[in-house]
Amino acid sequence: MTFDWSAVGDFLPAFFRGVLVTLQALALGSLIAFALGLVWALAQRSARKAVRWPVTVLTEFVRNTPLLVQLFFLYYVMPEWGVTLSALATGVIGLGLHYSTYTAEVYRAGIDGVPAGQWEAATALSLPRGRTWTAVILPQAIRRVVPALGNYVISMLKDSPMLFAIGVLEMLGEARQFSSQTFQTVEPYTVVGVAFLVIAYPASLLLRALERRLAR
Amino acid sequence: MPADRTTPNDTTVPDAPDDTAATDPGGPAADGAELIRFDKVTKRFGAHTVLDALDMTVHSGKHVTLIGPSGSGKTTILRLMMTLLKPDEGTIMFNGDYLTHEEKGGRLVPAGERHSRAVRRNIGMVFQQFNLFPNMKVLRNITEAPVHVLGLAKDAAEERARELLDLVGLTDHLDKYPGQLSGGQQQRVAIARALAMRPKVLLLDEVTSALDPELVAGVLDVLRDIARSTDITLLCVTHEMNFARDISDCVMMFDAGRVIEFGPPEQIFTAPEHERTREFLSAVL
Repeated sequence: MTFDWSAVGDFLPAFFRGVLVTLQALALGSLIAFALGLVWALAQRSARKAVRWPVTVLTEFVRNTPLLVQLFFLYYVMPEWGVTLSALATGVIGLGLHYSTYTAEVYRAGIDGVPAGQWEAATALSLPRGRTWTAVILPQAIRRVVPALGNYVISMLKDSPMLFAIGVLEMLGEARQFSSQTFQTVEPYTVVGVAFLVIAYPASLLLRALERRLAR
Repeated sequence: MPADRTTPNDTTVPDAPDDTAATDPGGPAADGAELIRFDKVTKRFGAHTVLDALDMTVHSGKHVTLIGPSGSGKTTILRLMMTLLKPDEGTIMFNGDYLTHEEKGGRLVPAGERHSRAVRRNIGMVFQQFNLFPNMKVLRNITEAPVHVLGLAKDAAEERARELLDLVGLTDHLDKYPGQLSGGQQQRVAIARALAMRPKVLLLDEVTSALDPELVAGVLDVLRDIARSTDITLLCVTHEMNFARDISDCVMMFDAGRVIEFGPPEQIFTAPEHERTREFLSAVL
């Protein structure tokens, strides 16, 4: 087995296209996961059973079934019901939805971690409920869970190659396509593996530093 | 009418549950209308009855201190007033309106959130653990509620906040986060925050109990100042007996969920009638 540096050079243009798609899916997927997770977390604190119950069923269902199956379902079954989206859009929604069920738990823990005295002080000042959430509780809850949310972004990065299964040409997809055209396998897959490491490892170091800073 | 409050034979008279003669003596010395009325209020935690059919009234402008052994129900009274707890039985009136209930179709039903919110707007509370908002600077801790509850303009709220910070001696710290202040300073900010809402009554829940001993005096001085210079009603739970003696118009001795004795501080501290009061005072003084 030889490592052909010129093959690496040949792969680079396609690789960078793939990096861009991966980062795009990651960024949009994270946004969905952060936003939807918060919606689930707040819904599960609702006084109304009719709100809590369906959310619990949905999140448990999504969390306990494989992401790959969900992606296939979204991509191949939804069109039967008239919902057709591009592979990338489907992938972003799939990743975001899947991870939102985890971020919901993270938010829940963060909200539970805000001392009861904060709620009492808000009551004593007659702050409206919405204001209590947005100005008092959530800023404190989210601050505590930033590192945990960040860990899920890294997980999501590592799960992003699954989008290749529904035809998204992210990093792995580009590598696969390159190797099937050139019969070079070592170089493109090595580049992709190293790329994941190069993105994920500094990100996890950054998170650890952030965690130390926020812990104070 | 601050002069009235210093008269010893004053009127803030709670009706002790056992004492049928203790109807409100009101009379000529009464300087304020009835502000708070507890009517047969019972509160239980599980099998433990913390308040047992408590009756009490507090008149506007009075300074009432609740003393008694821990677990006797003093803090529960403040928490009921702040609607942090709901009574199991009985009603609480505040400022002529039901606090715990509301009238709907001629019937008295437990108060909804909207009703409680409207009534408790005139009630302020200072907590043992300060409970400042750690994510906001000192100034915003104080302006947050005036702006978002009373609808004050930001400038006006900040001006009020600066005046209050001056009152509690913390003008230099308005740009700090609570975590950068000592416990005593945090508690003084919490007092300013409560006062910024211009409440009719201020509930003080063991406000110096969490402080290092050397920081207690600063907080008590601020409260003495407020008691002297404003006409706010104070309902105070404390273990600082000298402070209670200084500021109170009426001291109520609690034991096992009941008021067993009440009266002006001179009477309670120098000539208590009840055996339990004597025991308690000899243990804490």
